[in-house]
Amino acid sequence: MPKPAEKSTVKKPVGAQPENPAQLIVDGKVADNQWNLLPLTGEEEITADKLAAGKIILPASVWLALREALQDRQQEIGVWLDSDETADLIGEYASELPLIAAHFPAFTDGRGFTAARLLRERYGFTGEMRAVGNFIRDQLTYLTRCGFNAFAFQGDQPLSGLTESLRDFSDSYQAAVDQPLPIHRRRALA
Amino acid sequence: MYRYDEQDHKLIRERVAQFRGQTERYLAGELSEEEFLPLRLQNGLYVQRLAPMLRIAVPYGLMNSTQVRRLAHITRKYDKGYAHFTTRQNVQLNWPNLEDVPDILAELAEVEMHAVQTSGNCIRNTTTDQFAGVAGDELVDPRPYCELIRQWSTFHPEFAFLPRKFKIAVCGTEEDRAAIRAHDIGVQIVKNDQGETGFQVFVGGGLGRTPILGVAIRDFLPETHLLSYLEAIVRVYNQLGRRDNKFKARIKILVKAMGPEEFARRVEAEWEQIKDGADELTVEAIQWAKRFFPEQPYKSFKAGHGEAVLRDQAGGDKAFARWLERNTFPHRVEGYQAVTLSTKPTGIPPGDVTDRQLEAIADLADEFSFGEVRVTHEQNVVLADVEQEKLFELWQVARKHGFATPNIGTLTDMICCPGGDYCSLANAKSIPVAEAIQRKFDDLDYLYDLGDLDLNISGCMNACGHHHIGHIGILGVDKKGEEFYQVQLGGSANQDASLGKVLGPSFSRDEMPATIGKILDVFVENRQPEEFFIDTYNRIGLQPFKERVYAKAS
Repeated sequence: MPKPAEKSTVKKPVGAQPENPAQLIVDGKVADNQWNLLPLTGEEEITADKLAAGKIILPASVWLALREALQDRQQEIGVWLDSDETADLIGEYASELPLIAAHFPAFTDGRGFTAARLLRERYGFTGEMRAVGNFIRDQLTYLTRCGFNAFAFQGDQPLSGLTESLRDFSDSYQAAVDQPLPIHRRRALA
Repeated sequence: MYRYDEQDHKLIRERVAQFRGQTERYLAGELSEEEFLPLRLQNGLYVQRLAPMLRIAVPYGLMNSTQVRRLAHITRKYDKGYAHFTTRQNVQLNWPNLEDVPDILAELAEVEMHAVQTSGNCIRNTTTDQFAGVAGDELVDPRPYCELIRQWSTFHPEFAFLPRKFKIAVCGTEEDRAAIRAHDIGVQIVKNDQGETGFQVFVGGGLGRTPILGVAIRDFLPETHLLSYLEAIVRVYNQLGRRDNKFKARIKILVKAMGPEEFARRVEAEWEQIKDGADELTVEAIQWAKRFFPEQPYKSFKAGHGEAVLRDQAGGDKAFARWLERNTFPHRVEGYQAVTLSTKPTGIPPGDVTDRQLEAIADLADEFSFGEVRVTHEQNVVLADVEQEKLFELWQVARKHGFATPNIGTLTDMICCPGGDYCSLANAKSIPVAEAIQRKFDDLDYLYDLGDLDLNISGCMNACGHHHIGHIGILGVDKKGEEFYQVQLGGSANQDASLGKVLGPSFSRDEMPATIGKILDVFVENRQPEEFFIDTYNRIGLQPFKERVYAKAS
């Protein structure tokens, strides 16, 4: 008789899961996607030994459960945060990770902007910060300012034209990841 | 007032170019309706019942005469020759074409104006007291802080897609003329025992369908920490505010659900992490902002001279005396007075002005008030720095242009949303109700005898007409497809802020003037000398009003 399952700490999927397109924009250029994103299934328990080889982006709750077991694969294990998961779920571990993705279930859900800023500014994350899900090109400037450098657009739109929107603004009022000094400090120095 | 430097100009120009591209993509079918919606909202563009509506930002209500003339030109060229002042001290156009909006924004940018974040789920225009800088009871001029908040909140990359709209108001006086406790964040300027400037911070206020007054989560915030503290509050809200139900998404719901103590604890914990970072205001930054709001080049007058002239003129002209009493406000500088131009003569939708009137306002500002104009949250216009000796002359010109209705602060100086005549959200029309009440109570002696009385009308529970904080509040409701009006009494927007209580079952539009008449009768019969409506109401309560209004005919 199978043992009753232990209470799982793995998150149940809520709504649509992020897609993992074959190409994306990284550092302003169209690039091939090297990573395989694992969506939340809510079904079988994922274990370290069952994970495929190669670069994998795990749901945050899965990664938290497997972190110790995956120590020797550090450079090929990334993490994705759902929009209701805050940056402190990863916290100081961020500096060990090569990639973190933030999921936008809808482009009007702005929680990922805060998550990225905190990962960069508070938790010392220096790897690839990737937007996944339903964000739109008109958000590229703000996403970049908050620390994203990779954009995995869903659907089939030609990526090359989208990079124009990275340059909508050439200056800013506030401090953010791309500009550590707010305008009031820069003006005071001038 | 604040003037753009090259960086401001560049940012606003780039924003216009960005929106031009987005509009073109939308018109070409490359940007979906759903995707275009929040983008156009954050550029001030609504699509309403009859046409698009463009809300233009007037930061903390302050404009110069050049900007006002440009607005006049825009209403003529792109609209139907009039504009509307809103309760957020902004200006609205009711009939622009969507295709023209990028051109309108480009014309605005030339005179240092924009429509950025006047709508949408982002940080909106910061508002303050219309008498900032001239009020006698002012601790510190709030405008430099408002400008610093404007710059911090404009294009804030982290907070452009909040759970819901977010409004901040700043007040620098003891009497709250900015309704700060009805805002998502209310900032009250205070001084501590050492005489240092700081802020008392209220959070979680708001009107709409769940009216709540903000609660203080910090009693003294040193002034250098203003922006870092705001950032901490909005960051906590952005992470934890509800996104599953638009009617439960405002910060007030989060604060209430979590409890103000727990919310404050989380804000303080976040703030601890960032307070000494780049967002901390340096002394130089505060001084830089203050330089834009210097003392005006006031003349010096002999004490009492101006008053004597006015007494004389008022003695010989009752109409002038009435205007002087209601439409002017004391100034902290000897020989000066502030003037409110009323946009509420009977028969005109409250807050509406024509292109010619806008030009007249600009001329009056140039001639009498250092070229500056302020929009009030009561939807009127203030000229803040007028020499007392010139008030009579100003009054005559204002009268010619229809701005001198001497009703400021009285029953007929109503706050009124555009309502069902224009707005697709409204359950009922509000403008015809305002007009019917103005027509019934057009006897100035009676209005003056009633004294200060705020009557606020909203056409639906989104409460753009601030009906919860009117002494008398009127709310349009829909009953089986028919327009009805609910009456509330006892609201107040000042430092003793309170929310009105519902009187009872609602009324048809025809019944409204008589209903207001009965409410006023109860007040007049019960008032003690020197009492205003709100004082009598607070003393005798709702019951006597209820009995009279719903009495069966015998």
